[in-house]
Amino acid sequence: MTTSQAVAIDVRNAVKRYGDFTALKKISLSIKDNEFFTLLGPSGCGKTTLLRMIAGFEDVTEGEIFLYGEEIEDLPPNKRPVNTVFQNYALFPHMTILDNVAFGLEMRGASKSDARTQAGEMLELVQLSQFSTRKPSQLSGGQQQRVALARALAPQPKVLLLDEPLSALDLKLRKAMQLELKHLQRETGITFIFVTHDQEEALTMSDRIAVMSAGEMQQLGAPTDIYERPHNMFVADFIGETNLLEVSVDGIAEGRAVCHLGGGHELTCNALDGINVGSKVHMSIRPERLFMSGEPEKDGSLHGRVKENIFVGTDISTIVELDDGPDFVVRTSNSDRGNKRIFEPGTEMFVNMELGAARLLVD
Amino acid sequence: MASKQFDIKTYGGFKGITLLCLVVLYAPLIVVTIYSFNASQSLTNWEGLSLRWYADVFSGPESAKFKEAAKNSFVIAIIAAVVSTSIATLAATGMVRGGKFKLRTLSFGLISLPLMVPEIVTAVATLIFFNSIGFDRGLMTIVLAHIAFCIPFAYLPISARMQGIEDSYEQAAQDLYATKRQAFTKILLPLMMPGIISGFLLAFIVSLDDFIITNFVKGAGVETLPTAIFGSVKQGMKPNIMAISTMLLGVSIVMVTISYFVSKSDNTK
Amino acid sequence: MAAGAASGGSATTDTYKEARTWLLMPAWVVLLFLSLAPVAMMLIYSFLTKEFRGGVIWEFSFAAYDQFFCDRGLFGDEGCTFEWTYMTIFWRSIWQAGAATLLSLAIGFPTAYFIATRPENVRPLWVFLITIPYWVNLLIRTVSMKFLLRDKGPLNDFLMSIGLIDSPLHIINTNFAVQLGLFYSYLPFMVLPIYAAVERYNFSLSEAAADLYASKFTTLWRILLPAVKPGVIAGCILVFVPSLGSFLAPDLLGGAKNFMIGSLIEEQFKGNAGNWPFGAAASMILLSLVLVILLIFARQQAKAEKAEG
Repeated sequence: MTTSQAVAIDVRNAVKRYGDFTALKKISLSIKDNEFFTLLGPSGCGKTTLLRMIAGFEDVTEGEIFLYGEEIEDLPPNKRPVNTVFQNYALFPHMTILDNVAFGLEMRGASKSDARTQAGEMLELVQLSQFSTRKPSQLSGGQQQRVALARALAPQPKVLLLDEPLSALDLKLRKAMQLELKHLQRETGITFIFVTHDQEEALTMSDRIAVMSAGEMQQLGAPTDIYERPHNMFVADFIGETNLLEVSVDGIAEGRAVCHLGGGHELTCNALDGINVGSKVHMSIRPERLFMSGEPEKDGSLHGRVKENIFVGTDISTIVELDDGPDFVVRTSNSDRGNKRIFEPGTEMFVNMELGAARLLVD
Repeated sequence: MASKQFDIKTYGGFKGITLLCLVVLYAPLIVVTIYSFNASQSLTNWEGLSLRWYADVFSGPESAKFKEAAKNSFVIAIIAAVVSTSIATLAATGMVRGGKFKLRTLSFGLISLPLMVPEIVTAVATLIFFNSIGFDRGLMTIVLAHIAFCIPFAYLPISARMQGIEDSYEQAAQDLYATKRQAFTKILLPLMMPGIISGFLLAFIVSLDDFIITNFVKGAGVETLPTAIFGSVKQGMKPNIMAISTMLLGVSIVMVTISYFVSKSDNTK
Repeated sequence: MAAGAASGGSATTDTYKEARTWLLMPAWVVLLFLSLAPVAMMLIYSFLTKEFRGGVIWEFSFAAYDQFFCDRGLFGDEGCTFEWTYMTIFWRSIWQAGAATLLSLAIGFPTAYFIATRPENVRPLWVFLITIPYWVNLLIRTVSMKFLLRDKGPLNDFLMSIGLIDSPLHIINTNFAVQLGLFYSYLPFMVLPIYAAVERYNFSLSEAAADLYASKFTTLWRILLPAVKPGVIAGCILVFVPSLGSFLAPDLLGGAKNFMIGSLIEEQFKGNAGNWPFGAAASMILLSLVLVILLIFARQQAKAEKAEG
């Protein structure tokens, strides 16, 4: 019935207040059918509150929430065809795995035997059939996670909500589960709304990401948009590693701005609406989009000196001090060592950047 | 320091005091248990093992009185424990799952009132209350007084247990289409069960043990085991009292053992 | 088990917010009628006129309090001089309860400390051992104590048979017997809160003190004790308050000479005195005393919690 362009969840001007404290300030966003959508932000940014409002655990102070065109913000959680995977899984400790998965089906009116049959199929999907008679406490963290997933998917919800479901797992398991979740989403075709504070996780899994901070949405877009084209300082700083520089705009021409970094160094980059000559703004340059050379490679190469090389496994981070200017971090892939793009501390060299690497930000 | 190893946690003598403490706690009970099997007519002279005082309790001259008292005691304890545990379970749900509300502190104060007021004051107050409203003293007055008195004892283990249950379980149940009532009966209640059983047993024991309140509010001629025992002791100690005491001791130990294993057992494993 | 959990409980969630009035209603009704109303009625009765052989006449009177505080001579027609009879009984009760509390502390603190420093898996067993006697009928425990301590009882028999004493010790019907009985009645209430406090105590503080040249005794006195003080105070209150109004231990172990408040009150209702207003007044005075103690305690605890942040 729904096309891939249909809207699954439509949040309109949602506000959440606890007494004097405003947890969410007029959030509006549309989550498309069949989408893997992520709410990303530091703790306390309101992402979990928003998720719990969609699930029905928090009242909506102002605004509306629509689920496939139906207004749902006044419905109790048990009347909303959305299911949640809880952060701590919240598997019913006194029930077996099978009964846990069958619970939602039974509550929706399925007979006990039907519910169990379907629950058994669901457990097969997450490859836990052999554990169906065990209690949750007898399972490992990763297994409990999969049971929680099976339990939430069993009643075939229209939207699946995931509240930091991977945060309790160790790194390796987390990576594996990220892929598994992504595959599961594609197979089932159910819209996933995923909450996390882990930007890497968000970038890996999502179709689209909403970056939130202090109860407000900072940026909404595909992972590459968010990473490559951060709108503001918060997003640039929160997502990945970056060189954040305070610059002053010396001149603007044909949509390009000439920015002064201090110490006589200048860079040219795309201008931003509302920026005038003389204004002080922030600039973000991703370290991996910089490279070093012995001779200036093009206009805009910056002269400096290597302060320190830090080995970080696949890469080497080099801290560069520009002549009388700010410090830069330059990230070089370890495999480039042979190409002599890495210099010993104290060496004088030039820092060059790829086209479009420097971006001006609004504060 | 004479010790071979300096252990900051260990104080010499504390172990001795602990053992002394156990001796003081258990000696009277053990001695009474032993003497309840004494064949002698006298309290102190040991004349060999015998069950004669147990036989005396069941068929001796005072047996009718003790049987009636035992029946009363158990009937009262069962009713008081069932009612007070039910009330306490509902109240704990309201207190622990009811969010913040103005009457919360006051409600907690009211629930724990019987614990703060000395028992003899509760006894006096209850007697006066029944007298003032013209309620005839009898079994019923004992039952009512015990229900009120047992509520905090049932409440504390139940609310303690409930505080240990995260609310995400009920939320998960509601998320999976259970109504609030279903979330309560299917999820919360089974998880609270060990606390409810502990509360019930505690209330039962407290009711079974109570002497002071019962003594004040009972009607003439109505006896429970403690009041009957007290009456007998007042007329001079006889060996049959030790036999009854030993049997009640057995009941208590069975109860406390059940409670111990219930609190350790977990329906989540 | 009961004393350990005696907190208001700060963790609340609001799953059943809408239903809470109905959930709490039965408890409110029962306790309002069977706990609070009786105390109010008791207050009223203490200002009524006594009926001989029990009961009251509904006429306002200060007679009960007058009898408590005023000595008006043999025929009751003199001016008010201070009445010492009942004050002495109250004072003896406080003294006895205090002595029993100190005895419980002296034995209970080392015991609680010892249990709390056992390996974690055996601690519940130790706590279990200490609490079993509490589950046994108080009357039976007191009767057992009476039996054990009698002049011709097993304790004296034992001490004489090993030659420690020549003639029986007269313990029964002394102050000490009452203290021992009270100690025996309420010891778990002393042990459990102290145990809970010591269990939470961070022993690296003691190690730090030892590292800074404190002796073991100094460490106990100046580092550990201040840290577990709230537990110690809670234990003392939990022993002192019920001891103050106790009836069985003084009645069965103390004999006529060691009359305490509990017996005084009991006599007004069950015994020969039969003066209900006076019994109600004595109960009110006892209740006020206890409430003052609890109030001071609550303030102390609040202060301690504030200090901890």
